[in-house]
Amino acid sequence: MPCSCGSWSGPVRRVAHEVLPPLAGIAGVIVVWALVAAVTTTASIPTPLAVWDALIDGLRAGTIQEAALKTLIRLAFSFVVAVVIGAGLGVALALNEFLRRAVRPIIVALQITPFVAWVPLAIVWFGISERAVVFVTIVGAFPAMALATLQAIRQVPPLYERAGRTLGARGWTLYRRIVVPAALPGMMAGLQQAWGFAWKALMAGELIVVTAGATGLGHLLAGQEHDVTALLATLGVIVALGVAVDYLVFGQLDRRIRARRGLLPDA
Amino acid sequence: MSDATATLTPPSREAGIPKLSVEGLTVERTLANGERIVAARDVSFDIDAGEFVCLLGPSGCGKTSILNVLAGLDRPSAGRALLDGSPIEGPGPDRAVLFQDPALFPWLSVRANVELALELIAVGGVDRRDRAQTALASVGLADVADAQPHELSAGMRQRAALARALACEPAVVLGDEPFGVLDAQTRELLQNEVQRAWMGSSGRTTFLFITHNVREAVLLADRVFVMSARPGRLLEEFRIHAPRPRDLDDVLIGRVVSEIHALLLRELERPGA
Repeated sequence: MPCSCGSWSGPVRRVAHEVLPPLAGIAGVIVVWALVAAVTTTASIPTPLAVWDALIDGLRAGTIQEAALKTLIRLAFSFVVAVVIGAGLGVALALNEFLRRAVRPIIVALQITPFVAWVPLAIVWFGISERAVVFVTIVGAFPAMALATLQAIRQVPPLYERAGRTLGARGWTLYRRIVVPAALPGMMAGLQQAWGFAWKALMAGELIVVTAGATGLGHLLAGQEHDVTALLATLGVIVALGVAVDYLVFGQLDRRIRARRGLLPDA
Repeated sequence: MSDATATLTPPSREAGIPKLSVEGLTVERTLANGERIVAARDVSFDIDAGEFVCLLGPSGCGKTSILNVLAGLDRPSAGRALLDGSPIEGPGPDRAVLFQDPALFPWLSVRANVELALELIAVGGVDRRDRAQTALASVGLADVADAQPHELSAGMRQRAALARALACEPAVVLGDEPFGVLDAQTRELLQNEVQRAWMGSSGRTTFLFITHNVREAVLLADRVFVMSARPGRLLEEFRIHAPRPRDLDDVLIGRVVSEIHALLLRELERPGA
């Protein structure tokens, strides 16, 4: 920060440094949006205030909370499964060269394939059901975790492995106690990516696979095609939830892991 | 020479198998560009249990390659490396290695680093905690046991690595220029720590240190093996009889240091070296 804030205390300056720019960005978006809404008369661009009211209405009625909760439960389950599969696969691929040569291209192919393309197949396999949505989310998220884990393990400085072996660590113990912990900062990147992919895949799944009586933010969107204001309010909730988890959970976890190892520039 | 003797034939020793020995060891390395180089050629020596030996030579003379073979981290191209008379098949906690980088695990506190080493040799529970504490206290790190490695100075980190190595009571300590990047004062402190540790083991622990620092070698070792430039061969062996604890200001130490310096200088100026 420039010296104009020199009289502020440390934490205030930090908050100003970290929170002000993104807030200014959001404010800018709202201002532009309000201007566009003001100069156009079409109902398909409601004003920020109208969307805010719709959001409050949705929260009062409880539909948004219910949908968000259902979505988050689905997401948590799919994400955990994807991370476990991805991390396990990544370690297995790092351990075995044959497996790596055989399976890595397949995972890369899965990673490149748009997850939406899985939706029809998921419906064929699982019907219009919760399971189809969860399937799409897992398939969308695990490749990122697997590839990041493999990459992170292969980038572990050989010195740690050598030191571990001279201390008597071998085989699985070497992996569990030394290689995987050493790879953790790199695996965090995979976790964050997998989160992003899971979130996107789940929204696509919920939006398309609409079962009778199912609730979720994607389902909510699907039912709001006629109501742009409500649609934008739901979209706002989706954006806010995604960013909040990314920043508050993964961002902070990543910070702590790096700080512990002295990998933060200010540490 | 009455006290410092240059000889390549080891004097008669007690009957028995040497702790470490290499026979006709040749080590090749592949460079990043794919070129194969001979790091060390046809090196043979024996080290008795409880001896402190320093392997001294110009950089690139294959010292580290020989040490890695003894650590079980590399395989020789020819010849054999033996521990207690048996071929070395791989690394193990009976041979602690001090690398030039302390190689502490950055995700663990200093104490947890030492405790992990003990856990890996199946020391459990209260015993593990006590031994880690004792090891850290013996190198003066009791106060910073719960710090993370990156919070320590370079010298303290290398001391922590020494504590981690010694806590496991290895039969052999292999040092690959462990003090190479430290400043002169810190280096001297650590040399004294090592000297104390070796004296404290009263003949149970065998030390083999690699160094290019002549004074360090003479200060620490019972015998100093001087190697040629690459491909490294053994040139000469110096036996240091000075009593311990030794001091770098000691006249005898000084004399051997100049003698070895002269030898190394001749070796470096040798045509074709």
